[in-house]
Amino acid sequence: MNLDFAQFIPSMPYILKGIFVTLKIVILAGIIGFILGIILSLFKISKYKFLGWFADAYTSIFRGTPLVLQLMLIYYGSPQLIGYQIEPYTAAILSFALNSGAYISEIIRAGIQAIDKGQQEAAMALGVPYSKMMWDIILPQALKNILPALMNEFITLTKESAIVTTIGVMDIMRRSYQVGAENYSFFEPLLIAGLIYYLMVVTLTFLGKVVERRMRRSD
Amino acid sequence: MIKVEDLHKNYGKLEVLKGITTTIEAGEVVAIIGPSGSGKSTFLRCMNLLENPTSGKIFVGGQDVTDKKTNIMKVRQNVGMVFQHFHLFPHKTVLQNLTYAPIKVKGLAKAEADKIAFDLLDRVGLKEKANEYPTRLSGGQKQRVAIARALAMEPDVMLFDEPTSALDPEMVKEVLDVMKSLAHTGMTMAIVTHEMGFAREVADRVLFLDGGVLVEDAKPQEFFTNPKSKRAQDFLQKML
Repeated sequence: MNLDFAQFIPSMPYILKGIFVTLKIVILAGIIGFILGIILSLFKISKYKFLGWFADAYTSIFRGTPLVLQLMLIYYGSPQLIGYQIEPYTAAILSFALNSGAYISEIIRAGIQAIDKGQQEAAMALGVPYSKMMWDIILPQALKNILPALMNEFITLTKESAIVTTIGVMDIMRRSYQVGAENYSFFEPLLIAGLIYYLMVVTLTFLGKVVERRMRRSD
Repeated sequence: MIKVEDLHKNYGKLEVLKGITTTIEAGEVVAIIGPSGSGKSTFLRCMNLLENPTSGKIFVGGQDVTDKKTNIMKVRQNVGMVFQHFHLFPHKTVLQNLTYAPIKVKGLAKAEADKIAFDLLDRVGLKEKANEYPTRLSGGQKQRVAIARALAMEPDVMLFDEPTSALDPEMVKEVLDVMKSLAHTGMTMAIVTHEMGFAREVADRVLFLDGGVLVEDAKPQEFFTNPKSKRAQDFLQKML
């Protein structure tokens, strides 16, 4: 096996710039997906049947179809859907946010339902209204318990973001592939891409542990 | 203070409360006793609508809580509740447990809520635990904090749902002592309990429930020395 990484050194800044592209998509999609997940999870436990039905149908569709399909439907479908072609970036963030929202809502729902019913009763007995009870009492406890599962979802998001390359977003994956094409040698740049993804995930795992430790201080 | 009229509660086909009528006067301490499954906890939980009565009326401070138009949140602010399993907020410190509702629900300033909280913690003997998290407390301490948390809303009525049943025997007394001193302040209290000694000593009245029916409503001396019904006699025989 003759690997020649040296020839790719000049291309490294180009590949590394992809980190910011990937990060931007992952962070924005993560935040929007998280907010969406909270809203959907509240729908799922709501006493209003219609909201629960809507959230369940939403989750079913977004979990039941491939992410890459959702990405392409949003990107290539935008002219017919809204009348103009949206940016690949926008399509990427949108599809990832909508998709992870479905998964995150399931995680949060399970987290909320795992909280002792007594917490809700204690808040109710004190006259705390539903919204404040959810926000101040139930969700903080639920989030603490589901943090590992959430971290897992964000890690998946980071790795899966590589498929945005299919609609031409200049992320780590696409840049590595292009560099490989220029040099008629794909193996090394793809290995470099793999290493970058891996380091991003390791960093994310570490950050998750830090947050988890902070949240466990009440134990 | 609390008036209950022909209260019924069904869980599906199961009839848990079969028409209970009674009144709890302001300043009265009422012990609710009876065998397990007699409906005494359900009865108590109907008073602040943690359980929805199937039929009947409950008036708390003159307001009909079973009326849909009544703002139940407002009523609950005035009715403190203490649970068997404490249900302290584990992610909040002892002090935050006490100040959360006064600040967020009543809109008290933090300094004011803190002052009330510290006074109450002092009263239950746990001032030095103000900044601990609940997991660091013993069962008895948790329950004393739970009582203080309910009192922090400055309610007119306190409901206790088997407050000592989940405690180790050596911690029962410290909680009962707090309740006793609370009774002496003239607080209106309804207490579901298995502590017969406590009921006898502290309560002004005993309600004996069996099978969802209010079987006896009597002064403690009368009830414990001379129970009228066969069911109360059997029950006391087993308990004492």
